[in-house]
Amino acid sequence: MDKGNKVLPSAIHCVSVSKSYGETEALKDVTFDVTDGEIFGIIGPDGAGKTTLFRILATLILADSGISAIDGFDVVKDYKEIRKRVGYMPGRFSLYQDLTVEENLKFFATVFNTTIEENYELVKDIYQQIEPFKNRRAGKLSGGMKQKLALSCALIHKPSVLFLDEPTTGVDPVSRKEFWGMLKNLKKQGITILVSTPYMDEAGLCDRIALIQNGQFLKIDSPANIVKQYETKLWAVKSDNMYKLLTDLRANELSKNCFAFGDKHHVSVDNAQLTVDSLNSYLQQKGHTNIEIREIEPTIEDCFMQLSLK
Amino acid sequence: MNDIIEHNSNKVIIAENLTKKFGHFTAVDHISFEVERGEIFGFLGANGAGKTTAMRMLSGLSIPTGGKGIVAGYDIGTQTELVKKNIGYMSQKFSLYDDLKVLENIELFGGIYGMKDKEIKEKTDKLMQVLDFESERNKLVGSLPLGFKQKLAFSVSIFHNPQVVFLDEPTGGVDPITRRQFWELIYDATSRGITVFVTTHYMDEAEYCNRVSIMVDGKIEALDSPRNLKNQFKANSMDEVFQQLARKATRIDS
Repeated sequence: MDKGNKVLPSAIHCVSVSKSYGETEALKDVTFDVTDGEIFGIIGPDGAGKTTLFRILATLILADSGISAIDGFDVVKDYKEIRKRVGYMPGRFSLYQDLTVEENLKFFATVFNTTIEENYELVKDIYQQIEPFKNRRAGKLSGGMKQKLALSCALIHKPSVLFLDEPTTGVDPVSRKEFWGMLKNLKKQGITILVSTPYMDEAGLCDRIALIQNGQFLKIDSPANIVKQYETKLWAVKSDNMYKLLTDLRANELSKNCFAFGDKHHVSVDNAQLTVDSLNSYLQQKGHTNIEIREIEPTIEDCFMQLSLK
Repeated sequence: MNDIIEHNSNKVIIAENLTKKFGHFTAVDHISFEVERGEIFGFLGANGAGKTTAMRMLSGLSIPTGGKGIVAGYDIGTQTELVKKNIGYMSQKFSLYDDLKVLENIELFGGIYGMKDKEIKEKTDKLMQVLDFESERNKLVGSLPLGFKQKLAFSVSIFHNPQVVFLDEPTGGVDPITRRQFWELIYDATSRGITVFVTTHYMDEAEYCNRVSIMVDGKIEALDSPRNLKNQFKANSMDEVFQQLARKATRIDS
């Protein structure tokens, strides 16, 4: 990478990155940029390629082709510089189980030539929540506490870019909300955050997101813009017998693009022949009672499904 | 066995003051509930609320330190082997053997549950058809996409026609379309009389259950249909219900 070009490098810069394992193409031609101080979400299911992308950016594996740079430093040539400035929280808990909470944090601080005291301000809000257990071995912590310790360890050397690979997977909805609150506070301190998640409802908490499936980015934009680009109208439909309703909607040629969504079914309406009245009378004929049909704004999950069906 | 309790009863799970203590810590604290045959019963709670411990007791893997439980007609305190024979179990973490073929996994699990070769073969052919998986039957499970593995794992967990199947976060990390197809398999199983006991962190999936219980600090704090729970807590979604209840937790590990 040409350092002379370093006027305002993106925090993360990727061009045409590909990576295969044998015959499996884990990443196909991935291109994106993350600006300084952004929370950028990589949203997609397990096996989509999220972890492979993180490992390439964290200089742990090499891409087969393409260019990646962090803060203007090339992931291949300048890997030592990158390791100083990124914090990485892998998907699997990777701290030392037989060291205590405090020992783990001290260890990571020492490896990066710093001390807990020097950067305490940065981790304070998070670390204080587990500090009462600082003498407990990491292996004996609950899931939520492990997560907080791992985040503290990833932050203790004051990185400019933070990589979080599925930090909320398997975490209950309350703790997930709490975790995203912590990320918002880190953003205020100017840290760039690249975070992946399989939970589509977390997409709205990012500044911009990339939807990923089968190693490819389906779309990159702000959550609001992605919702705006949903290509059809979307109706939420309800009746007293939801399972029969799903079968009956699918049996109708005009409303066959239909998926269960909590206590409603979402029908994407791509044909002008389908009207609320016509669908209502069709469902009445099928014996449904208390039918409710309402036009709604799509969620990121609706958008993901529409894009992945293309 | 002549000591089958309430075999013809429509209650597939009965828990009465079910309790598990580890030393001074009460992981599950006097929980009581009943699950009807063919019901989809959602078992929700924050991390550390005691769900896994309760589920381990109900599936005969852990003996209660107090209270009583009957699953599929058998006592979970004294008849654990009979409980295990009559239930199915599937979790996100462990489901099938990656280094065995699709067919070999089915044969293994069918054999463990004492099914006859002929029955295994007939049911396998039917299953491959239903899942549209003819061409994959001789592939290693490890080579399949996660979504398919989970659908196959569920089908295998009910292959021996258990009275009740326990699903521990079956859809974690699965893509949105496959997640919904998975739930359609669940509905199909219940239409054949199998009872489903399921935990999930996806609150939209709580809506698909007939009834939902929410555990907080080892106790069941709420139990009703999603509709009634939303009315009771004046909430628009199950997520709001969950947030209201789980925030009351005082255990430090949530």
